[in-house]
Amino acid sequence: MMLLHEVLQWLIGPFQEFSFMRRALVATLALSLSSAPLGVLLTLRRMSLFGDALSHAVLPGVAAGFIFFGLSLPALSIGGFIAGVIVVTLAGLVSRHTELKEDASLAAVYVVALALGVILISGHGTQLDLLHILFGNVLGVDTQGLLLVAGVSSLSVVLMAALYRGLLLESFDPSFLASSGGRGTLYQQLFLMLVVMNLVASFQTLGTLMAVGLMMLPAVSSRLWHDSLPAQLLNSSVQAALAGYAGLMFSYYASVPSGPVIIVCAGGLYFLSLMFAPRGWLPRLLRRPHLRA
Amino acid sequence: MKLLRPFLLAAAILLSQLAGAATVQPRLSVVASFSILGDIVANVGGDRVAVVSLVGPDQDAHVFQPAPDHIKTVARAKLVVVNGLGFEGWMERVVQAAGYRGEIVVASKGIAVRDRVEQEHGGEAEHHDKNDPHAWQNPANIVVYTRNIIAALSRLDPASAALYQRNGDAYIAKLNALDNWAMQQFAQFPDAKRKVITSHDAFEYFGAHYHVQFLAAQGVSTDSEPSARDVADLIRQIRREKIRAIFMENMSNPKLLQQISQEAGVTLGVKLYADALSQADGPAPTYLRLMRYNIEQILVQLKLN
Repeated sequence: MMLLHEVLQWLIGPFQEFSFMRRALVATLALSLSSAPLGVLLTLRRMSLFGDALSHAVLPGVAAGFIFFGLSLPALSIGGFIAGVIVVTLAGLVSRHTELKEDASLAAVYVVALALGVILISGHGTQLDLLHILFGNVLGVDTQGLLLVAGVSSLSVVLMAALYRGLLLESFDPSFLASSGGRGTLYQQLFLMLVVMNLVASFQTLGTLMAVGLMMLPAVSSRLWHDSLPAQLLNSSVQAALAGYAGLMFSYYASVPSGPVIIVCAGGLYFLSLMFAPRGWLPRLLRRPHLRA
Repeated sequence: MKLLRPFLLAAAILLSQLAGAATVQPRLSVVASFSILGDIVANVGGDRVAVVSLVGPDQDAHVFQPAPDHIKTVARAKLVVVNGLGFEGWMERVVQAAGYRGEIVVASKGIAVRDRVEQEHGGEAEHHDKNDPHAWQNPANIVVYTRNIIAALSRLDPASAALYQRNGDAYIAKLNALDNWAMQQFAQFPDAKRKVITSHDAFEYFGAHYHVQFLAAQGVSTDSEPSARDVADLIRQIRREKIRAIFMENMSNPKLLQQISQEAGVTLGVKLYADALSQADGPAPTYLRLMRYNIEQILVQLKLN
């Protein structure tokens, strides 16, 4: 009984004592609910490196926000969001109307955006590292940031549910959707906008590493567990939440920076999935003799 | 006599030109690495010297990126003044790119260098392998800076050496007055009450000089990330030692500190100016005003302790 109590204390004590731990946990859980499933859909489209590119693509918007409104976080994030949507829309248009694939056109557009951002900032004569100011830390989540992440995450889940069929068709077989009169471009744009929204909100509250890591790592490893998409979506959310909790515990007890250790925990789950998941390495090794016989 | 006349004429012209040159002699162009240093050089040089600071007011020397303009300025300079102690990691590249061959004065030469104290991480011992560059936070060090700058300017321009000495002495007198005033102000508080928290560990020299203990919310560099334990320990410490004085620095990310202050139930002080002057219309446009402003703000918060 004593032991049980102590274990319980160990597991939830940090969250009881400190509100910054509670906020960090809630923000991470909210992010797990929306970002990880979006990540699964991104991997379906072979756009796994999207998040990384986007963290640079928001720079011109952030710079414009700074030039017009000064150092206000809402202005910086709204600017970043608009820049992200423009970059994504441009890349989408290019891939729809030319030979270029989505990832190729995105790679081209985001570099240009990044360069424009650097020019804007230096033209304004400031040496402030705007992205450093925009990109938050999971331990510094305030009420505003929490509301932002929760709002974005709720909206994303609702929209994802509403758009689910169209998104699926669009991801697996764009030509079928187009031939049956569906509005593929609309679905694609809405989906990418959701991704941008999630990323920008979590850049601001949690930092880039966490935003991109929690979106992609659980998504990638969930594909090793299930064949069906709904199961993958659920699995990715659970893995992200697990990684978030475990990472915060590590950060608290072993004194390591929180953002990175949460990602390392997600990486650990990825490694376990690689080894032991039904579509991973070990089960395959065990199945092989049967196949031969 | 007839033979001599052209020579005399030429000599007269030469002399008059030399005299003219002496009256409209261009000012010495000196480059200082950042705004605080630029202010000190300007005080010593007076109107004999034109100073340009590479990292201007309200800019962060830690993330400075040189532009072509900066290189041009250095290329034309007669003298370059740096803080040293590893503060301007980018200076070597700028000097090389500019092809500058003149003297580089290290203003901090001769001060008592302090090591930067990094936050303890778990069982790890504290690191003492790097110098803390923020020596200007102690006015007594600036007296040394001023002497170094007087010497360098006088070597470069011996004709005005007396002027530099006079300007420098006047400036040193002001520094001493500031220091005495600050010492008296801090003497009102017992040592145990002199505790302050900042987001950027730039006040090691200040703290050692005035016996104020600065606790850092983040390590010495603007971009190091704290762990959940660091933050939890800090909050516990604030509660235990009943600290009420907490400050944000003028350019680091304020969010984490806001969270900590809220959770620990303390009020945030205004921004302190650590690494850069403010713009001319701000509260800290010169080094003397900067120090006075910082000290006044710290005193206001210490009264809450």
